[in-house]
Amino acid sequence: MLNILGKRYLFFGLSLAIIIPGLILAITGLPLSIDFTGGSLLEVSFDSGIAPPPAQVIGIYDQLDIEDVQVQTTGEDTIFVRSSFLDDTTRSQLISTMESEFSGPITVLRFESVGPTIGAEVTARAGMAIAVAAIAVVFYITFAFRGIQHAFRYGICAIIAMIHDVAIVISLGAIGGYFFGWQIDALFLTALLTVIGFSVQDKIVVFDRIRENSNIYRRLPFESLVNHSIVQTLQRSINTQLMTVEFMLLALALFGGVTLREFATILMVGLFSGTYSSIFIAAPLLVVWENQEWKTWFGRGGRKEAVA
Amino acid sequence: MKSFRMLALIIIIAAIALWMDLPNNPGIRIAGINRDIETRLGLDLVGGVQALLEADLPEGTEIDAESMRTATRIVENRVNGLGVTEAVVQQAGDNRIVVELPGETDPEKALDTIKQTGLLEFVEMDYSPLPDGMVIKTDFATGDQAESPSEGTTPEETIYHTVMTGAVIKNVGVTTGPTGGYEIAFELTDEGTRLFADYTTQNAGKFLGIVLDKEVISAPRIDEPITEGAGVIRGDFSLESANALALQLRYGSLPIPLKIVESRTVGPTLGQDSLSKSLLAGLIGVTIMVLFMALYYRVPGVIADVSILIYALIAFALFRFVPVTLTLPGIAGLMLSTGSALDANILIFERLKEELRNGRRLSQAIDIAWQRAWPSIRDSNIATLITCAILFWFGSSFGATLVKGFSLTLALGVAVSLFAAAVVTRTLLSIILGYFKPTNFERWFGT
Repeated sequence: MLNILGKRYLFFGLSLAIIIPGLILAITGLPLSIDFTGGSLLEVSFDSGIAPPPAQVIGIYDQLDIEDVQVQTTGEDTIFVRSSFLDDTTRSQLISTMESEFSGPITVLRFESVGPTIGAEVTARAGMAIAVAAIAVVFYITFAFRGIQHAFRYGICAIIAMIHDVAIVISLGAIGGYFFGWQIDALFLTALLTVIGFSVQDKIVVFDRIRENSNIYRRLPFESLVNHSIVQTLQRSINTQLMTVEFMLLALALFGGVTLREFATILMVGLFSGTYSSIFIAAPLLVVWENQEWKTWFGRGGRKEAVA
Repeated sequence: MKSFRMLALIIIIAAIALWMDLPNNPGIRIAGINRDIETRLGLDLVGGVQALLEADLPEGTEIDAESMRTATRIVENRVNGLGVTEAVVQQAGDNRIVVELPGETDPEKALDTIKQTGLLEFVEMDYSPLPDGMVIKTDFATGDQAESPSEGTTPEETIYHTVMTGAVIKNVGVTTGPTGGYEIAFELTDEGTRLFADYTTQNAGKFLGIVLDKEVISAPRIDEPITEGAGVIRGDFSLESANALALQLRYGSLPIPLKIVESRTVGPTLGQDSLSKSLLAGLIGVTIMVLFMALYYRVPGVIADVSILIYALIAFALFRFVPVTLTLPGIAGLMLSTGSALDANILIFERLKEELRNGRRLSQAIDIAWQRAWPSIRDSNIATLITCAILFWFGSSFGATLVKGFSLTLALGVAVSLFAAAVVTRTLLSIILGYFKPTNFERWFGT
């Protein structure tokens, strides 16, 4: 039989090797969108068919004393401008100035403006919602696994693995932001929440097998029991995860248009991580806990505290 | 036999769902239920305007819940005037109001309408009252100064003279008059008392128009001079209409000043584009999924496909019935719950194959596979539902409609997927396998 647990520290190391650089990148500058920082974005198309050069657009923003202006040309006749928060009076002023300056009507494709306090509140509330959800899930798992020994550990290990997935997703966001100009926006938040929900769901399926087996093979050492359970659920994990969910998301990423591409990519990686961490993080952590392996960590050398 | 009864139930439910999914569904109009059944698309898919309004009060001021509700109602009335069919106006948390106007293309007009401060005027009308709802012109310049009846101006034909504005009203309430009908009692400020005393003394017997935002809402007759700074408006009021008028008198302008703290406008073409692309992507994804299930799991795979189809019918019917406004994240939530519906099927089938490998008889294997797979299906989905509930709370208390839409579709989808796994897949599995009694497991179930 496959011995997955035997290499557990290898898998912990692998995850850390991805998370640590990603998080360092995230700390140095996670590309937060206006949903979190406040500000505005405006996407307009010019009916004349030709977008003016960015410098001229910036000039107009300067005239109106709007700060932090960034202009991107997104097509032949469309531009995309990020700037500080605009109230609607300034916005209409801006549009009419642009129309007179570039002599021709323009069409607003998208306009979003978020006040700075709102942005800060979104961040705080989202963090709180996730924390509350995590605590609720720990309690639920403890309740659902009350029949077996150390039910509480299952909840904690599930959440640690979930934090691992969150870290992977945030790392991906930071990497995407660094290389492809991604923005951490409300849609990213939705993707993150999805990953969290799915991750927990997946962990429960794997833990459920441990729960069931622990009543059947009472004599088996815990480590073998867990390894056996992982192997038994492996086919299901692969089928559900890779063959169906990932296919769906791949379709979304390839054909879903610009808005959805980033979203689908994040979900693809995040959900893969969700399945991966059930097998290679959550279940091994249960064994680490059962064996109280931290007592020997320093003897072996190297700090391998994984993602706790 | 029990299986066949379940099958009948499934067919009935699927048929109802299918009927509800039909385009141009006439809606349900029986026994007092009057409900349209239609697909509602969010403004990220059809374009439109979204705004988040916040009470504009100095920090630390306590916000009166009743005033906030009234403000929400007034904003709603104004928004209804825009003629957007699926406008949503909802209070979010203690001090915010979310306004969503799918299909609205003129953000300028929409935001202006929402922001305007209602202006209440008392207008001279001589002996002929104007009908309620009529829009008139007055000589009151909308602007800074409160009431100062512009002396010296000769009212032209269509321009009515404003005696005073709502600023002079101190208090309004609904009382019962001596004859038993409802009346609106009002109290004026000192300045209002003086103005009103002068005016009513000179104009007793004439009509006084009460005008909100240049629209006549009532035109009572001045029965006698009112010099005490308090009076009543009599009329043919029901309790409801009296309350409504009192409310408008009291809060002609918003009881709480509001400012726009967030606004989003999506052009119709961008929305259309997202919609058609995500539909195409969804179609491709689902096709791959259906093929995979059928090829890998053979007969049970086809059963799962039928089960997923029924799941999709029911979920979509539910979204149309509730109704749930579908946004991009909402569609994502739906797709993910499809994933969890599939997972349930896969869990059962993997278990089934395992039991068959262990040499159990088929009927026994089906029962055991079901019994063993169910706890994990149940527990994992309940955890998702818990997360959804928390996200929904987060979304609605904050006005983050994106998150709200996602959690709502995911939760409904997960609930339906539990039904699909527990009832549809299980019933079909036992009927079909019970009927054919396959002996060549490998050909029927794949390896």
